Amino acid sequence: MAKEREKEYLYWLCSLLNLGAVSIRRLYEHFQSFEVIYNIEDNEMESAGILNRSQRKALAQWRGQLDVCRQAYERLSEEKVRFVTPLDDDYPKRLLEIYDYPMGLFVKGRLPKEDLPSVAIVGARGCSAYGETLAEEFGRALAESQVQIISGLAVGIDGAAHKGALKGKGNTFGILGCGVDICYPAQHYSLYSAMEQSGGILSEFPLKTRPRAMHFPMRNRIISGLADAVLVVEAKERSGSLITAELGLEQGREIFAVPGRITDHLNRGCNLLLQQGAHMAISPRDILEYLGVKCRKELILHEKNVNGLAKKEKMVYSCLDFKPKHLDDILEGCGLGISECIGILLELELGGYVFRSANHYYGKNCEM
Amino acid sequence: MFSKVYSAGLQGIDGYPVQVEADVGNGLPGFHMVGYLASEVREAEERVKTALKNSGFSMLPKKVTVNLSPADVRKDGTAFDLPMAVAVLTAYGVGEPSVLEDSAFIGELGLDGRVKPVRGVLSLVTAMRDTGKNRCFLPKENIPEGMAVGQIQIVGIENMGQMIELLKNPNKIVSESLSCRSFLEDPEKEEADFSEVNGQRLVRRATEIAAAGRHNILYLGPPGSGKSMVARRLPTIMSSMSPKEQLEVSKVYSVCGMLPPGKALLGKRPFRAPHHTISPQAMAGGGRYPKPGELSLASRGVLFLDEFPEFRREALEILRQPLEEQKITISRVHGSCVFPAGVLLAAAMNPCPCGFYPDRSRCSCNEQQVRRYLGKISRPLLERIDICVETSPVTFQDIRGQKEDNEPSVRIRQRVEQAGEIQKKRFEGSGIFFNSEMGSRQVRQYCVLGSTEDDLLQRAYQTKRLSARGYHKILKVARTIADLDGSDCIGKKHLSEAISYRDLEEKYWGNGV
Repeated sequence: MAKEREKEYLYWLCSLLNLGAVSIRRLYEHFQSFEVIYNIEDNEMESAGILNRSQRKALAQWRGQLDVCRQAYERLSEEKVRFVTPLDDDYPKRLLEIYDYPMGLFVKGRLPKEDLPSVAIVGARGCSAYGETLAEEFGRALAESQVQIISGLAVGIDGAAHKGALKGKGNTFGILGCGVDICYPAQHYSLYSAMEQSGGILSEFPLKTRPRAMHFPMRNRIISGLADAVLVVEAKERSGSLITAELGLEQGREIFAVPGRITDHLNRGCNLLLQQGAHMAISPRDILEYLGVKCRKELILHEKNVNGLAKKEKMVYSCLDFKPKHLDDILEGCGLGISECIGILLELELGGYVFRSANHYYGKNCEM
Repeated sequence: MFSKVYSAGLQGIDGYPVQVEADVGNGLPGFHMVGYLASEVREAEERVKTALKNSGFSMLPKKVTVNLSPADVRKDGTAFDLPMAVAVLTAYGVGEPSVLEDSAFIGELGLDGRVKPVRGVLSLVTAMRDTGKNRCFLPKENIPEGMAVGQIQIVGIENMGQMIELLKNPNKIVSESLSCRSFLEDPEKEEADFSEVNGQRLVRRATEIAAAGRHNILYLGPPGSGKSMVARRLPTIMSSMSPKEQLEVSKVYSVCGMLPPGKALLGKRPFRAPHHTISPQAMAGGGRYPKPGELSLASRGVLFLDEFPEFRREALEILRQPLEEQKITISRVHGSCVFPAGVLLAAAMNPCPCGFYPDRSRCSCNEQQVRRYLGKISRPLLERIDICVETSPVTFQDIRGQKEDNEPSVRIRQRVEQAGEIQKKRFEGSGIFFNSEMGSRQVRQYCVLGSTEDDLLQRAYQTKRLSARGYHKILKVARTIADLDGSDCIGKKHLSEAISYRDLEEKYWGNGV
């Protein structure tokens, strides 16, 4: 019961966004109880020397909100949201290893399992079609080998990684920069609801917190913190993905990056990481080996086996690249008529050999 | 003395008969006009009086009353000047009343007695012919338009003096004779030709299909890839207009006063490319007394909307119903009019604000910007577009034009016309002419698939999550492609090509995951 009471006060403290996780932890270490923090006089708080004046002022004002916070805390269960704190036994052990672990986690769905390895897949939002395919394939292959996939539910690489994990019938966890009751970005609603079933949605921000730019770097530490390894698929030179990788490095996580062309600005971040000593991820097997997971089958990304195709289909297929090409260029390459070429491409697409990035852009699919 | 003269007024793009009655009698001298007149018609009093004076006719001080009947329909325009003057003259006893029996008069007067041209002569003369008149007096400049109507004699009038002379001596009346060619705009004189378009094989092909089956088409692509260039050449590959179509199109232009000088019939299909700041009224037609808008001006031709998402939402949404019905009804306080709206809609847009999406090496827009940009086009409007095609980025060879000889418009038009003939025969007596107009019953009847084709469509349907409307569109477009091929049944390659023009919508406007 006492723990429940403490959690109520911790909830109250976590709802005050002026205080960071580290401040709350140090307060707790000093006073040994969250209830005491609530009841303490301001001069005593000042002598503790943890908070500055504006924080103390905010805290003093926030005291009036305790009843509101209590009610909100009780309503959490109605929303099927759990409030998990370091006081709980099932608080993720991996997070406790990091310096600034969140003092409260709002969880929709489940928490990552301790005994299963987990990998964070991060990358650019504005990624290429190639990057998206890679993220999805890595996510799928890792999930099939019982690896939990952690990411940020953002568009681009994040979303593709989640999608791949769901395809691989694995568990995948999204860390949000807003309250867990808000699906941001909204277009990922179907992912969001699927992940509630097979995995979970996590956030350190109270319900109904709107997404703000400053929240996203903060949630990145949780993404890397929950993972055993961080995989960066496509990232620009200055990007949130590199922040995640750096945080991961500070937290002692292993960093993997997918190499790319040196001229391509979307690959520059990854190549930079490799230069600085990150592991090179050429296939999901590289990560699985590090994690010590036995892979059940050969896991090398390559072109699909085209032995089963007819002669003309092979010809059209050979004109393609992993980077999508416009139909006009394909026509140029294969020398067929428009109707015929489109017909073959449709067959290839339905057979899973080819994908379309936009209406008339076609690219090769890769396969494990 | 009382006299009655026949003339016509404009309502929308159609004429209606008007009788101009005049009475000259004893009483307090004055000039009175009645018959629900707009102010420009009311002002005709001064023009008529002065023109008559300057043409050598002095009006005795009498009580003159002029009535325009039917008196409950509002009359506007300046075409009643001449009939009014003639009515007053004959009421004063000048000229032979027999001249007025089967004649109609149309024209505006200047103070010096000159007869000036007016708008909408095609419609006015058609209305006169249809009410059984066999002679029409017109301003000299409007003679070609009058002649174009046919089956009615046209007499050109230069000034009021000449008119008085003819009224006095009916045997001097000579009807005009002009050869048909001189008032028809030369359809072969084209400034633009498809041979100027280099590369872009896919877009050329899609445009040909659009022209053949009268399918609405959307061009998507980076800036400067030739979207507008291709669209501008779309009318040059459409089948040439039948005389009936020419008259219908020219009527609209005549009412708007937009016919080329000296010509009465348009020979080329119209191409209208309104700027994206256009108001809904200008697009659809409107005004207190409805006038045709861009939509009707483009009827039987191409309405090209460049920078599609930049248009005002209302200006686009207003197109939805007319695109289905091929006509637009404008209702205002002072009456409602039906204007033709049988257009081929060609729209062009960039896929994102900067224009390079999905080429991520050049496009710097984020996902949300792209979605917001595309979201400006509403789904219902999109559903009325059968073909979506992406232009490819222009290569240096394309610019230099070093590659093979490009096919000129004439050759493409031959194929389009052949496909048009097949469609005409298919839909004989059903009131429609093109594959795009088919209803679901006709789709079932004419777009029969074999088992392999059915299987292909089923697979595509499942993997691409097409909508019910999308399904019908694919079949219609496939029908047109088969017609272009001269094939009776829809083959696999026809079907797969049609599918490829369709699923851009799912790609760009689908819900992502």
